[in-house]
Amino acid sequence: MSVLIYTENWDGKFKKLSFELVSYAKEVAKKLNTTVTALSIGNVEETELKKLSIYGANKIITVTNANLSGLNNQAYTSVIAEITVKENASVIAFAHNNTGKAIAPRLSVKLKAGLVTAVVATPITTEPFVIAKKVFTSKAYAKVSIKSSIKILTLLQNAYGLNESPEAFNLETFEPILNESMLKTTVLDVNKISGKILLTDADIVVSGGRGMKGPENWGPIEELASLLGAGTACSRPVSDEGWRSHDEHTGQTGKIIAPTLYIACGISGAIQHLGGVSSSKCIVAINKDPDAPIFEAADYGIVGDVLKVLPDMITAVKELKALS
Amino acid sequence: MKILVCINNVPDTTTKIKFVNNTAFDSNGVQWIINPWDELALTRAIEIKEAQPSEIENITVINVGLAEAEATIRKALAIGADNGIRINYDAKDSFAVAYQLAEYIKKENYDIILCGIESSDYNGANVGGMLSEILEFPSVSSISHLDIKEGKLILKREIDGGQETLSTQLPFVGIVQKGITKEPKIPSMRGIMTARTKQLLVIEAASCESLTDFIEFELPKPKAACKKIDPENVRELVQLLHNEAKVI
Ligand SMILES: Cc1cc2nc3c(=O)[nH]c(=O)nc-3n(C[C@H](O)[C@H](O)[C@H](O)COP(=O)(O)OP(=O)(O)OC[C@H]3O[C@@H](n4cnc5c(N)ncnc54)[C@H](O)[C@@H]3O)c2cc1C
Ligand SMILES: Nc1ncnc2c1ncn2[C@@H]1O[C@H](COP(=O)(O)O)[C@@H](O)[C@H]1O
Repeated sequence: MSVLIYTENWDGKFKKLSFELVSYAKEVAKKLNTTVTALSIGNVEETELKKLSIYGANKIITVTNANLSGLNNQAYTSVIAEITVKENASVIAFAHNNTGKAIAPRLSVKLKAGLVTAVVATPITTEPFVIAKKVFTSKAYAKVSIKSSIKILTLLQNAYGLNESPEAFNLETFEPILNESMLKTTVLDVNKISGKILLTDADIVVSGGRGMKGPENWGPIEELASLLGAGTACSRPVSDEGWRSHDEHTGQTGKIIAPTLYIACGISGAIQHLGGVSSSKCIVAINKDPDAPIFEAADYGIVGDVLKVLPDMITAVKELKALS
Repeated sequence: MKILVCINNVPDTTTKIKFVNNTAFDSNGVQWIINPWDELALTRAIEIKEAQPSEIENITVINVGLAEAEATIRKALAIGADNGIRINYDAKDSFAVAYQLAEYIKKENYDIILCGIESSDYNGANVGGMLSEILEFPSVSSISHLDIKEGKLILKREIDGGQETLSTQLPFVGIVQKGITKEPKIPSMRGIMTARTKQLLVIEAASCESLTDFIEFELPKPKAACKKIDPENVRELVQLLHNEAKVI
């Protein structure tokens, strides 16, 4: 028996979510009295792979195969199914991101294993296996039991956090069996946005809404974000108007994020916007309307003109950074 | 080409969520809508058909649900789907939905099957992927661009921090997210009139079992009141974030 996790690398470096997933799997494995096996597909150097063991992976399996260079849902599913059987895994965990959402449901069918997505914590009980997930775009939670012997989960990002628990480093390579019938999609071209902090990976996010008045006013948002090492986001109308690019749109129909700090600048806090950010640990709202619904979701708030408040905030953060 | 769009019937996104005895969603007074991503998928299919009538033979919408979902299916017909299907079944989980859809699709020959990335009620993000695996079709998820040129699909998918262009064999399951089209299409008066005459076929469900059980629901704990800081004293906010919340 073991807990198997699917890790993801970005140009050979693991994303933070992979380390979170190992940390999480470690606690699940403890509850089940078993070990954690991490699967890595693609070229990752040994020094990077070793980092997975710091968070508790007992075994790391790497797969490098030319047919797996682009995400092919069918082929990836087949490889992970093979490894599940080989490792006798009873729980398989993915991050609840584009990749996890693409593969986990296919794997669920292939292994006849119940799947619970967007889980927010470790299982409440393991016999029966009951786990909590978000529903209604974080407006509620549900406890779901999985009836099959193999269980598949996708973990909501930043729901668990990082936790070091070093283990001996045990590396293995695996050569999958792939046939033509699994290779029906091909990635023709990849266009990566470089130099930007990945929104879903960011610990801090500074976000702007229509209250910012226009794209020319985004300078302070970017400056504050760069001071804090934060990602930048926006509300839907802002990306619809083309003030900011679509990959910044957060909310129910955009990206769902859960940073430790979310700073909402000139955002009213419509329910569909909150659906994408309400799981943030701490929310700061700057809005000139004291009755804006964002203040109901916020931990700290300033009622005032965001275009005046932001420069002051930048000064104050600079002061703080100078002291520490 | 024949397109099938899978549509879920969900509570309006502004619904205040309540439960009956913490075991079931309280649907009292709830307004039902087409799941937002499914509405975008349908809109995109119709846009392609309108721009290139020769490429698309037919757009069918399908729902797995009980009779109350028919108003939502009619809305999809009013937006521009050619015909609708309802599989009469009260599914307990996403697997059961995917299974019912697959049983129907196996007997037909659709080239493109579209699903939304997730249902806004139970936030599964399951059905599209499950369906494709049952059918052993290729799937592409997080699709943010879909077009057809001379019988060939042009697809783009969102990845974390970028975008990929893909090709796929048909038939395939496309799982769409935002970006696929700008705004959902609103039914016209004429659309609403003609929807009444379009076919809405009800078919009986196959027997199947679910793999999971929803056992309990819970609302999040109420949040502590927001601490207001004077706009003339932004330094205090930064101090609080540093010393009290410990987030910077
Ligand atoms: C099905 C559906 C899905 C949706 N999905 C999303 C989604 O995913 N994400 C999303 O964001 N929205 C979504 N929306 C839209 C959502 O309902 C709101 O319309 C949107 O979030 C509002 O964006 P906003 O807060 O930037 O703009 P507004 O609502 O216009 O708010 C602007 C705010 O700025 C404040 N303001 C103005 N000037 C200043 C100033 N000088 N200083 C300080 N404050 C100022 C105002 O008081 C106001 O509160 C969705 C809507 C629907 C129907
Ligand atoms: N009851 C249903 N009937 C038809 N399609 C559905 C149903 N439930 C979900 N779907 C489709 O599957 C997608 C993902 O749903 P889910 O896995 O429930 O989050 C939705 O966007 C729909 O396209």
